[in-house]
Amino acid sequence: MQYAAPASVEEAVGLLSGDPQARPYAGSTDLIPQMRAGRPEPSLLVDLKNIPRLVDIRSENGAWIIGAAAPAAALTEHGGLSSDLPGLVEAAALIGSDQIQSRASLGGNLCNASPAADSVPALAANGARAVIAGPDGERTVLVTEVVTGPGQTSLRAGELVTELVVDRPAPGTSDAYLRFIPRTEMDIAVAGAAARIALDGEGTCTRAEVVLGAVAPTAVPVPEAPDLLMGSPIGEEALQALAAAAAAACDPIDDKRGTVRYRRRVAGVLARRAVVRAAARAKERQ
Amino acid sequence: MSAIPVSSIVNGDPAEFLCRADQTLLDALRDALGLIGTKEGCATGDCGACSVIMDGRLTCSCLVPAPEADGATITTIEGLADGRRLHPLQDAFLEGAALQCGVCTPGFLMAAKALLDRNPDPTEEEVRYGVAGNLCRCTGYDKIVRSIMDAAREMRETIPS
Repeated sequence: MQYAAPASVEEAVGLLSGDPQARPYAGSTDLIPQMRAGRPEPSLLVDLKNIPRLVDIRSENGAWIIGAAAPAAALTEHGGLSSDLPGLVEAAALIGSDQIQSRASLGGNLCNASPAADSVPALAANGARAVIAGPDGERTVLVTEVVTGPGQTSLRAGELVTELVVDRPAPGTSDAYLRFIPRTEMDIAVAGAAARIALDGEGTCTRAEVVLGAVAPTAVPVPEAPDLLMGSPIGEEALQALAAAAAAACDPIDDKRGTVRYRRRVAGVLARRAVVRAAARAKERQ
Repeated sequence: MSAIPVSSIVNGDPAEFLCRADQTLLDALRDALGLIGTKEGCATGDCGACSVIMDGRLTCSCLVPAPEADGATITTIEGLADGRRLHPLQDAFLEGAALQCGVCTPGFLMAAKALLDRNPDPTEEEVRYGVAGNLCRCTGYDKIVRSIMDAAREMRETIPS
């Protein structure tokens, strides 16, 4: 195995296109444990952290542009980002310990394509896009189009995610992410739920997106959420209907972290609580 | 497989060594530099025994490819004491009996140092979250948490010279 730390996206794409067994990485918090567990070693490790745009966090043309390799700790330390996208930042902050926070990135969390990735539902609820660089230039796709199944992405040979782009929220709009694990820290989601809610001056819900994690092969939206929540203030009846819709949207597995039935139930509860939390934040941002 | 030359600052001193891409920073510290205070526990980033501070951030050295150390500034447990004078955290761990077998101790001390570097007056809850990435199978954690709180108090009360 060889190691390279390219200084530009072009150089990284060149390395990845020239060697199908090369593997880009940011924090290596998934990559190294996977190799230790017996997955084949790549021929070349392409460290993306020396590419300035991949570790930068900036606001441009009404959107946050977050470097795909920026560590989660840099997101939580960023006052402007935390204030604009508290749900996305709280999702990133749930990934592992302080040690892992120093290394784990949004790009890595996305491309590792775990169904239980914490930041992916929060990115999806915010309509985030991934900027992808490759041998044919750059393209931008919705984050929801990147992960196609457990451990599978739509990235083509030689491609890498360079940045995540998230619109800055309009007034009265905010987000939230909640996950359930059986302990307080250092575990993988049994279920997770992200919500983005917009309220007008009267408290009427004008926009609603709810996305679930860890309860299907990929993050899944609750398709009924806009219909159930929009057009009136968010009340008890709508929240109960949302919880039922969230449970129905799940396609979970049985494993040591939870049964199918349990995951559905918990996903509904989390969806409801995430909406309440996002709505409370949206109200403060009027 | 070719050897990769690495030039870094470890515990304040320049450190140069050769490594391979399949080695971790933990391997390099222990095998190339002989700094065996940093321990290998799980080798998958779950236990924190290998914690070091790299470019100001607490990191599991078992999850860092060794070539990344090139140009980096790294503090290990060997860099915590000031010569023969123990760091207040080390004194507090001894005083508070915050260790038994000792394998997790270097990692706990580095996590505690990173925590106190950014938050000199943590609550007990903040301390518990600050060391959530470190596992100890002996102490039951309470003595560790109390010792970190004691050291933090001691460090706040000591007038910097």
